[in-house]
Amino acid sequence: MEAAMGLMRRIPPKQTETALSALLTLLPHHSSDLLSQVDQPLQVLCDVDHGKEFILCEYNRDADSYRSPWSNKYHPPLEDGALPSLELRKLEVEANDIFAIYRDQYYEGGISSVYMWEDDNEGFVACFLIKKDGSKTGHGRRGYLQEGGWDAIHVIEVGPEEEGVAHYRLTSTVMLSLTTDNESSGTFSLSGSIRRQMDMSLSVAEGHLCNMGRMIEEMESKLRNSLDQVYFGKTKEMVCTLRPPAEVVMRLPDS
Amino acid sequence: MADIEETELSDKQKNEIAKWFLLNSPVGEIQYVAKDVKAILNDDALYNEAASEAFPLYNKSHMICLGMPGRAGDVLVTSFGELNEKEYLEPRTAQVAKIDHIKQVCTGARPALDEELPSAYIEEFRCAVDMEILKYVGEAYPKGICSVYCVNGKDVEGPGSDFELAVVISATRLSPQNFCNGSWRSVWNIEFRDEEQLLELKGKLQVGAHYFEEGNVQLDAKHECKDSSIFQSPDDCAITIASIIRHHETEYLASLQDSYSNLPDTTFKDLRRKLPVTRTLFPWHNTLQFSLTKDITKELGIGK
Repeated sequence: MEAAMGLMRRIPPKQTETALSALLTLLPHHSSDLLSQVDQPLQVLCDVDHGKEFILCEYNRDADSYRSPWSNKYHPPLEDGALPSLELRKLEVEANDIFAIYRDQYYEGGISSVYMWEDDNEGFVACFLIKKDGSKTGHGRRGYLQEGGWDAIHVIEVGPEEEGVAHYRLTSTVMLSLTTDNESSGTFSLSGSIRRQMDMSLSVAEGHLCNMGRMIEEMESKLRNSLDQVYFGKTKEMVCTLRPPAEVVMRLPDS
Repeated sequence: MADIEETELSDKQKNEIAKWFLLNSPVGEIQYVAKDVKAILNDDALYNEAASEAFPLYNKSHMICLGMPGRAGDVLVTSFGELNEKEYLEPRTAQVAKIDHIKQVCTGARPALDEELPSAYIEEFRCAVDMEILKYVGEAYPKGICSVYCVNGKDVEGPGSDFELAVVISATRLSPQNFCNGSWRSVWNIEFRDEEQLLELKGKLQVGAHYFEEGNVQLDAKHECKDSSIFQSPDDCAITIASIIRHHETEYLASLQDSYSNLPDTTFKDLRRKLPVTRTLFPWHNTLQFSLTKDITKELGIGK
């Protein structure tokens, strides 16, 4: 398992899916560990009742079916599939509505889903998912990207409420890839995945959704910033170390 | 998710998977990948077979640079210099290096045989181009290594026949303590067309970088370009070729920098904006407004 995770840290993030399925075939007895520990690009299904797409993950899966947050039904249909309690389902419905607006404001498109379930120590867990295809042919408003994907997974463990305060532990993963392609500069492709954690104890006066939402918003901005400034910046630095741009440019006489 | 098939994998499939991982190793990281692949396969014979097939391919495609014993200089492992699986020509010093692909070391060197080297006529061109490229690479790449090979028509004795040279530039920087590795590879094929008195240049540039501090982010950039010039004396050809290559590579670097500077405001924005369309943080404290609007639209029957 350690070796498998080691490989996943080195294989180009664009190849995550191929790498994961290769590992699954080599290590079938570790399949549940692999599926839960390796983040892979999110898949979607269409909720037939609502005509709306929803995102698949380990948290809305039961056997080979996935629960849609829109209809609360499993696809393909599954009798006795696990469902959240009525109360939690109410919060889930609200979270899905609000999160869809949040998603639209930041992503100008994309798909989002929120799943919640009770955990063993009187709290609950919520999983917020966003998938955005930013390519020209997808939801890319500006049409710069030949290929471009952003997949975000936010899992929040919410502890039991004590004296009006609850503890939140957020674990977020962002996977992204972007490729531009044009004649003068060829293909330029960046891909990556990073994961971060954030812990907070907050008053629940304004409600769980408000607290979780703010944490996710802050985390997403941080992740976006580190990818943009730090991670992409480091690869740019590397390019400029390999071939420093400072050299005196000797132009051809005709240009 | 579909059930994992319980059927035993054939050794051939395992071999293919192992090779896939090895060949997809980022620059300078194949030894680490190899260690993990070996642990996962848990079958030394199988691993050795996959490694013996994958390493030579990886070494050649990454054009790795190895030091020859006894300060005999460096040799680039490239398909252009490959005499056989284990022997690679170093044209500048006319040495043939013996390579251990899996250990990625040069185990010995011998002088090249006459039949392994180009004719004197070709060598004059090759040598002149090598001198100019060496000068250029020394100026442009702090850690660049270059080689010029004759890849076609090495036995041409004089004017009247076509031949082809390949210029290879490989610059690698491994800096695991800073969690970053990267490489720049250029291959320029230059056809010397005798009849048309033309030089046709085709360049393939490839730049990769891997940054892995608490994450895994990789750059993979490729570019191809073409140019041409007139057939002149060896020295003049060499100067022209080096200046064409310099020009294209400088332009390419500039376009890479442009791609980076376009990221924040254009490319990246199509994935996720820095701020919402409203240009203010999301009003989590007042999400009631959204549900109210929704209720009203529903009541008025103006929704979908």
